[in-house]
Amino acid sequence: MTARRTLATSRRVAEQLRHDRRTVALLMVMPLILLGLLAWMLDEAAFNQSGPILLGLFPLLVMFLVTSVATLRERTSGTLERLLTMPLAKADFVVGYALTFGLVAVVQSLLLCTVSFSLYGLDVRAPTWAFVLVAVADGLLGTSLGLFVSAFARTEFQAVQMLPVVLLPQFLLCGFIVPREELPDFLRWVSDLLPLSYAVDATKALAVTGETVADFWRPLAIVAAFVVGLLILGSATLRRRTP
Amino acid sequence: MSGFAIEVRDLRVDRGRQPVLRGVSFTVAAGSLVGLLGPSGSGKTTLMRSLVGVQIVQGGTIEVLDLPAGHERLRHQVAYLTQDPSVYGDLTVRENLAYFATILGVARDDVDRVIGEVDLGSCADQRTDRLSGGQRARVSLATALLGDPRVLVLDEPTVGLDPVLRRDLWELFARLAQAGATLLVSSHVMDEATRCERLMLMREGRLIADGTLDELLAQTGTTDAESAFLSLAEGPERGEA
Repeated sequence: MTARRTLATSRRVAEQLRHDRRTVALLMVMPLILLGLLAWMLDEAAFNQSGPILLGLFPLLVMFLVTSVATLRERTSGTLERLLTMPLAKADFVVGYALTFGLVAVVQSLLLCTVSFSLYGLDVRAPTWAFVLVAVADGLLGTSLGLFVSAFARTEFQAVQMLPVVLLPQFLLCGFIVPREELPDFLRWVSDLLPLSYAVDATKALAVTGETVADFWRPLAIVAAFVVGLLILGSATLRRRTP
Repeated sequence: MSGFAIEVRDLRVDRGRQPVLRGVSFTVAAGSLVGLLGPSGSGKTTLMRSLVGVQIVQGGTIEVLDLPAGHERLRHQVAYLTQDPSVYGDLTVRENLAYFATILGVARDDVDRVIGEVDLGSCADQRTDRLSGGQRARVSLATALLGDPRVLVLDEPTVGLDPVLRRDLWELFARLAQAGATLLVSSHVMDEATRCERLMLMREGRLIADGTLDELLAQTGTTDAESAFLSLAEGPERGEA
């Protein structure tokens, strides 16, 4: 792995995004619209409760989709095969993608948090930067999950199916619908193994009064560890030789 | 040092349960321009993928520049052109080539050289997916020409191009070979055979003929490349009739 090749890959992915303004606009605006809809639907107390969690979930969902489609396109167009005959390390490829999409997640989260707190009237005790941090971690989690699962999808149809397979069970068990402490034992164990549970734990630590600093940093560190682990797995599952 | 740029022994490849290469052996001397001909489905692309080390093989050995195919050190020295253009449609021609040049560690001014070689100077700053099919194929070919590869494995580089451009590209291939590079070029257009100093014909996963055009004509008792190919491709029973 070399910095020059990783950064060149990251820059190339950014150039592709620059040529695709519609995708960038959708990336930035869709979470805003969805959260605005929620603010409109719910009364103040309910919005203050579920708003912070969705603030992290939308970047996760959007970044997962964008990443898995982008890397799958790289497979089907033959550009990945060509790159793998060149002196490009597999980690150059994976980290290059993660850098650019991570930057997109940062911008997206900043925008979403700013609008939520100023325009939608989201009112929580914790400082704004902590929410931005969770939202960025969620966006990066979406990117690394997308990079990892795209290794298992051979067609666009399969890639789209990965969304219900990988994200929906996590969404059901993450503590958004039923608090994790109240899940049946077996489901709670499963939920302990899923990264999204920790992302929601971190958000809840911010939104609920009386939580300590450790209640926020510990789950956030676990999410970060999942991101790194998934990126390593993502490079390990890239194959130079295929049948 | 074996003195060969490519040395393949008893190569066998299955895709699914279907044998695609059934024991292929040949050598190619450095600095030669070899044509790989055969009907579609005969195994040309699989053979080329094996040479660049992206194909899982079931048996046999492949050495390129005295290293096993796909060896790390070969990634700077072996250029591969896939049959379908493998470039980024949402980047301009120049952006595509600049990216691949950085990955290969090639100087930036080489980008302008290869754009000139494939005659794309007039659309260098256009998005690749707005170009015609033939132009896109040339962007892909330009990528394979970046740097100074010692071995070029080109899968149907001239398909869909107009006659003038095809002639220019074959002249370029000959120049590269004269300069010491080894080129393996596949095609299913027989008149291109006359451009190669040596021809290898494949059918159903086997090499069925290997030699100069004159030798193939003598072997089949025909007078042109097209009939020689038909006679060999349709099998000995009809070729002798």
